[in-house]
Amino acid sequence: MATAVDTPTSSPTTQQLLALYERMLLIRRMEERLRADAAAGNLPGAVHLYIGQEAIATGVCARLKDSDWITSTHRGHGHFLAKGGDPKAMMAEIWGKRTGICKGMGGSMHVADFSKGILGANGIVGGGFAIATGAAFASKLSREGRIAVAFFGDGAANQGVFMECLNVSSLWKLPLVLVCEHNQFCEFTPSATVTSGEIADRARAFKIPASVVDGNDVAAVWQAAGEAVERARRGEGPSFIEAKTYRIQGHLEAEDLFLAGGKYREKQEIEEWRTRDPIDRLQQRLLESKVRAEDLQGIGTRIARTVEDAVKFAQESEAADAELAFDLMFVGQKP
Amino acid sequence: MARKRVIHAINEALVEEMSRDPKVIVYGEDVELAIMGDTRGLLDSFGRDRIRNTPICEATLTGMAVGAAAAGYRPVLHMMFSNFIYTGFDAIANQMAKLRLMTGGQATMPITIIAAYGGGGSNAAQHSDSGYPVLMNLGGVNVVLPATPADAKGLLKTAIRGSNPTFFMEAIGRGGEMGEVPEGDYTVPFGKAATVREGKDVTVIAIGSMLKPALEAAGKLEKAGIEAHVVDPRTLVPLDEEALIAAAQRTGRVILVDEARDRCSAAAHIAALLADRAFGHLKAPIKRVTVPNVCMPYAPNAEKRMIPDAERIVRVATELARA
Repeated sequence: MATAVDTPTSSPTTQQLLALYERMLLIRRMEERLRADAAAGNLPGAVHLYIGQEAIATGVCARLKDSDWITSTHRGHGHFLAKGGDPKAMMAEIWGKRTGICKGMGGSMHVADFSKGILGANGIVGGGFAIATGAAFASKLSREGRIAVAFFGDGAANQGVFMECLNVSSLWKLPLVLVCEHNQFCEFTPSATVTSGEIADRARAFKIPASVVDGNDVAAVWQAAGEAVERARRGEGPSFIEAKTYRIQGHLEAEDLFLAGGKYREKQEIEEWRTRDPIDRLQQRLLESKVRAEDLQGIGTRIARTVEDAVKFAQESEAADAELAFDLMFVGQKP
Repeated sequence: MARKRVIHAINEALVEEMSRDPKVIVYGEDVELAIMGDTRGLLDSFGRDRIRNTPICEATLTGMAVGAAAAGYRPVLHMMFSNFIYTGFDAIANQMAKLRLMTGGQATMPITIIAAYGGGGSNAAQHSDSGYPVLMNLGGVNVVLPATPADAKGLLKTAIRGSNPTFFMEAIGRGGEMGEVPEGDYTVPFGKAATVREGKDVTVIAIGSMLKPALEAAGKLEKAGIEAHVVDPRTLVPLDEEALIAAAQRTGRVILVDEARDRCSAAAHIAALLADRAFGHLKAPIKRVTVPNVCMPYAPNAEKRMIPDAERIVRVATELARA
């Protein structure tokens, strides 16, 4: 990593870490199941997995209220679950069922739950910046104290709209937190080959406080997010967090079909990053904090059941209602 | 009734709707000084929490409308020229037009975008497009084109009170035109075409800015013994298909006048609709009077050559009446 990583100054309690562990494991197990179902050809569309990045969504969303907003990315299952989205409704959505959170109209890349402040995963790289900025602007005007968090990747940081939103959010001191998940890849291209300078420096150029953290250390993310969220709530303006991490899975499942033998990274690199797995690291830390192994196993069992229930719910649900598309183009108006 | 200019009618609608609902906010480039004329005085009346100048960053401004709407506001984004829609197009085409469907109906987008379209002022091609055909093709956004001060006020109020993203297209250079505007609070519904002049010989469907030359042409045609039936669709999405079909059936001869480039214009869409659903009543081919498939040139004579005028409409109508 080119940039030095900030050291957190305070840490979550063991109880808080256990809650983070449970949420991270839920995301991991849900996605492992999605991975298997994608490979088996059970899912209708592409899935982009978050495996290896769970600490970021979890550490940030643990600092938010239901009434706060997030915008997410095409790799959005983790953000959805971390912000309190329902596993069953997410799974059914990805299976294309009418019981899905978006009634089967959005799919994997578009899971959203407005009642939980989840303004949606987004198929457009960089599509969430301005939406989060607009929500933060609204909160500033209404003085409701709600904040908005935009999750995005290193790829999105090269979109021009990123610079625009840094400018306007800093200018108007909007309650916004920008979380860059630097997972090293812009789709199938190593980020370093298409990115100039340090992404955090772009935020600093707009006088936005920026911290760079180890994105595979949930405590570090939690700490940085806490400071950023508090600053936003105090009305002092936006903050930027760059969480260094690594995309363990491909850009999307079954990417080998697209790559047709082409290669953009070495297997050895993936294996090296597996040794820094955020869930393994947290588990180790919990065990060192005298948490009993059987308690962690209990969490694992509970989550396995949640995942099975979600899959069963999705499988048994009716297919989406195609006619619904005609009703959903407009409010009270035929398309 | 009182006679008012188009920009005054728009301004009244903004003032009345901002007074009526504190969630209505107006923002955009240079709206505080009201460079386009229609937002004049709003800053003094409502302050910067309700109307605000923004940086020049259309990609963000359109996306912010989506976020502000999700947060319970009714944003009115003034984009100045309709060409600037293109620089803000991702959030229009990929977000606001689609999010209601993609979220299974969770998202409601009460967004109004105001933009000026068309030529006539030697603004050259990057400030003279009539960008609405591309918006019509998006699905999920309404497109309205008032041709009179009364409709400008009533349609804008409907847009702001509505629950769908709506593009309110102003004809550039027509803001000073006068017309009768009803007193008090009123709205003009979407999807209701207006019959502006009755006649039995040829139906002229004139879109937005083209109503004026169409009426001028109708006056000239009358002197030549040809009665034009002039209809203004007023809104392109939703489109009052039944009224347009009935107007076509009435005379069996149809001219569509549109300031958009011909290819995939609103006129082309309506022509296809009428060919499909009024074919049995047609006595002659449907004719389109539109901007040729060129970018708007700068020089006044070259620009004038491209924009449909009464002369062209009269010529086509006369040929049609003889057909």
